[in-house]
Formats: sequence, C-alpha cells, structure tokens
Amino acid sequence: MNHSRRKAIQSGGGLIAVLLAAGIISPGAALAQSDPFTIKSLAEAMRAVGGQNLTPSDAIIIKAPAIAENGAVVPVAVESKLPGTESITLFVEKNPTPLVGSFGIPSGTVGSVSTRVKMGQTSDVYALVKADGRFYVAKKEIKITLGGCGG
Amino acid sequence: MADPMRIRAVARDGVVNVRVLMSHEMETGQRKDASGKLVPAHFIRNVTASHQGKTVLTALWGPAVAKNPYLEFEFKGGQKGDKVLVTWEDNKGEKRSDEGVIN
Repeated sequence: MNHSRRKAIQSGGGLIAVLLAAGIISPGAALAQSDPFTIKSLAEAMRAVGGQNLTPSDAIIIKAPAIAENGAVVPVAVESKLPGTESITLFVEKNPTPLVGSFGIPSGTVGSVSTRVKMGQTSDVYALVKADGRFYVAKKEIKITLGGCGG
Repeated sequence: MADPMRIRAVARDGVVNVRVLMSHEMETGQRKDASGKLVPAHFIRNVTASHQGKTVLTALWGPAVAKNPYLEFEFKGGQKGDKVLVTWEDNKGEKRSDEGVIN
C-alpha cells in the first residue's frame, strides 16, 4: 500500500516537472533557459530577461496610482519615450515572483502599454525597457491597502 | 472555450489606440480553495496582436497579471475599417482569437 502511494507521489512529481518544462514557451527562448516567471528575487528575475547594466531613465514614465485600494487589480501604464524601444517588462518587487510580464514592441508600435497587475503588498514597481539594445529602468512605489495574492 | 475578448480600436491622427479586455481567471497557483487545496495555476501566457498580417504587439505574461486582463497599446499605420486580430494562449494550451474593427 505504501509502495503504491509512493509511486503515485513520484509520478505526480514527474508530471509537475514535465509541465514546468512545457511552460517554457517559444518567445521565452529569448528570455532564458529556466522560467523567469518562477524566480523569487527581483535582481535575478531582471537578469533572467537579459537586464544588465541598467541605466535609470527619466524617459520611462510609470503611470499608476500612488495608493491602490485593491491589490488584485492595480492599473499600471508604462510609457517609454526612448527611441528604438523594443520591449517593456514589468516587475513588482515584493510579489512572490516579481516578474509580471513582458511586452514586445515592434517598430511602428508606440512605446506605451497599459495593463492591470496583482500586487500582494505595498511595493516598488519596476519598468525595464530595452531600447536600441540597451536596458533602462524606472520605478514607482504603489501602496496597497488590501493584498491581491492569497486572500 | 473562453468568452470572447472585447476589442476597441480607434484611429486618430494616424495612430490606432487598441484596448482589449480578455476573459480569463488568471489563477496564480498560490491560492487555496475552501478545503485547503492549492488551486492550480491557470493564466494567459502569450498574447499577440496583428494588423494586416503584421505583428503590432506581443506579450508574455505570468500569473501576476490581474484577472480578466486589460491591455492597451498604440500602433501607427492603421486605417478606419481595418481589422486588428488578437490571439492569446494560456498555460493549459487553450487559445482564443478575436478581431476588432478600427473606428
């Protein structure tokens, strides 16, 4: 009985591993080998998407409320005035996994995206912009009065 | 099949503003249900928007994008009457594509 239980647990674990492997999807190939969405530290998550030698920039504007009541739905807009903006990636530093999502900006598309994110607690939100092959960063603190994770 | 997306696209001064509202649970995989079991993660991974065959935006998301995701972006070169095609795929392989007409 114990034996079969162990087997079941093992096969379950194997399945999870396969799912994780399958979770690394094609556009992610440009990101990194392991899934950057599972990384728990901000610096490592930034590195996993290629963000190194970051230059703070005033040309990146994060539009978001200073205080958000509901962490489950926090509107965040990022506008990059940097010429040749190729991608915009959002991070919430204090989320269990800081990487929120990445937006690819082909030429002809304006360097500006808006979405809504979940935030577990008050945190800095970072926007990482790749422009002309270089990485730039901006941050903004958003205060949360009600967390959006767990619950 | 998930519910259709709501797509609003408006052309103004040569720039098309696109707003998309998707219908998706965006389950993080960290929440527990009433019996204390973890609810498995279920979220949109990939979003692609295209205009006349040309990709105008791609997005790669994790579970921290809010439930029923909202996405707004702008691209140049679209005309009134053109269509914008938006496709998403989630971590379980479900897909959904919808079109919006530029106003």
